[in-house]
Amino acid sequence: MLVKVSAALILVFLYVPLVIVVMYAFNDSIGQSWPIQEYTTKWFSAAWNNDQVREALPNSLVVAIVATLLALLLGSLAAFAVHRFRFFGRNTVSFLLVLPIALPGIITAIALNTTINNFQIPFGLQTIFIGHATFCIVVVYNNVIARLRRTSPSIVEASMDLGADGWQTFRYVTFPAIRTALVAGALLAFALSFDEIVVTNFTAGSTLTIPKFIYSNMRLPRNRPIVNVVAVAVILIMFIPVYIAQRMAGGSDVKDAAAKAQAAEAGAP
Amino acid sequence: MAAIAREQPNADTRSRSSAFLFRHPRGKLALTLGAPLTWFLVVYIGSLLFLLANAFWSLDVLTSEVVRGFSLNNFQTLWENGVYRTITVRTIGIAAAVMLADVFLSFPLAYYAARLASPKARNAVLVAIVLPLWANYLVRIFAWKIMLTPNGFVNWLVELTGLGSLQLGRSNWAVWLTFVYLWLPFTVLPIYAALDRLPSSLLEASSDLGAKDSKTFWKITFPLILPGIAAGSIFAFALTLGDYITPEIVGNTQFIGNVIYDNVGVAGNTPLAAAFALVPIVVMAVYLLGAKRLGAFDAL
Repeated sequence: MLVKVSAALILVFLYVPLVIVVMYAFNDSIGQSWPIQEYTTKWFSAAWNNDQVREALPNSLVVAIVATLLALLLGSLAAFAVHRFRFFGRNTVSFLLVLPIALPGIITAIALNTTINNFQIPFGLQTIFIGHATFCIVVVYNNVIARLRRTSPSIVEASMDLGADGWQTFRYVTFPAIRTALVAGALLAFALSFDEIVVTNFTAGSTLTIPKFIYSNMRLPRNRPIVNVVAVAVILIMFIPVYIAQRMAGGSDVKDAAAKAQAAEAGAP
Repeated sequence: MAAIAREQPNADTRSRSSAFLFRHPRGKLALTLGAPLTWFLVVYIGSLLFLLANAFWSLDVLTSEVVRGFSLNNFQTLWENGVYRTITVRTIGIAAAVMLADVFLSFPLAYYAARLASPKARNAVLVAIVLPLWANYLVRIFAWKIMLTPNGFVNWLVELTGLGSLQLGRSNWAVWLTFVYLWLPFTVLPIYAALDRLPSSLLEASSDLGAKDSKTFWKITFPLILPGIAAGSIFAFALTLGDYITPEIVGNTQFIGNVIYDNVGVAGNTPLAAAFALVPIVVMAVYLLGAKRLGAFDAL
């Protein structure tokens, strides 16, 4: 009984802040006192017409799309290599790939920042997606390699026995087997990139993204209502790809979800 | 016919390249591993090594330019300047406090999900635990900033219970609370997994032999789920250690991350920032070694 009640209370603790953020998006007053006196939807149009939001949103989308494509290509290639071959340094490679989410995000961030500075690469969208792709690769890699391990090697052998060459086997056997893992990995990589702030802060220069907008405006009391609206939008936008990815990755594999969530926080540390 | 004829050379190169790769698995390996490995070595490992090198360079105070020559000046500064020592101790101390609180709070949730809930309720609870992680990290910090303002939700709740008022505002307590909230799902999952694997027969045997519930917990359950606890604690500890945004938004003191951030940005002393960045890496390495001895990696 005691366990049940405290478990319920802790779940409430997990959700109350999210509910409150959503409620404040409808708060008529700029002040943050509780309880909310009057509700309004005026901040939604204010946010939609905000110049900074209009600048940040396309940037965030472009970065997330490019980072996802790069991660898809590099992550799945790496998964194939590590799954298919036994080679010198194989363990090192698989360790290397998870390093960006194992090390605190600020380490990755400052390492990239000093290097970009040193080689005088201009800060901008290109530097953001280099950073994002680096930690998105692992999400795709994890998804694809997990699927490859679950896929029976005999179907590949059967394909070869039936006379298909290597490319045909990939096209008609291997690829269909990993297709949903690729989609799931891509969606999670997209979500990860769209939400990221720690590495972005160090690689963006003055380029604005949605998390950067939230980060710089939440300290300005005047802009907090708009930050609140953007926060609600971000919560909603995120749950869609994550939900689909979850279904595709094979539903209730919660440990997988944990690994992905962990990747999500890669940026956070 | 024409179409087939046109396709022929293509199919030919295809089967020939396929046969070539079949005979030369190393070629296939190079083709698959080459690009991702190059990316990682150039972009990531290159940057990390560059960061490491930076830690041993120093900043010329007069010209504020980076001098590229080996020196231990940064480490000397970090060691001798009391401010940096205080910040290091504060960061590690709060990381430990966050970790303990998260382990403590994880237990009822994990226990309920692993041993009391029906399979359906279990899945629902596990999804409910993971889902908040996907709400943007900044949004979750922002939520606590709103809730902790003087007239905010937390104070309203405390006054409702009649215990007077609680002004956490911007303080280390606020930072601690926000961190506990942020990382809780990470600690719950490994502890849940450990409890899930715990054979019921051992607990039944213990109570059959006359042990009280608390004794069974400390003598049987706890030692067996310790690897899971250690695994979960890694996340709460490591994520706190490297964070600079939470202290900045809800706190009023500096963490290691803030010093790094300021030195890369405003102060422009990248070598000092690089040297300070090695502190969390070393602390984590020691922590991971300890966790490994407790079997944490088998519990992940």
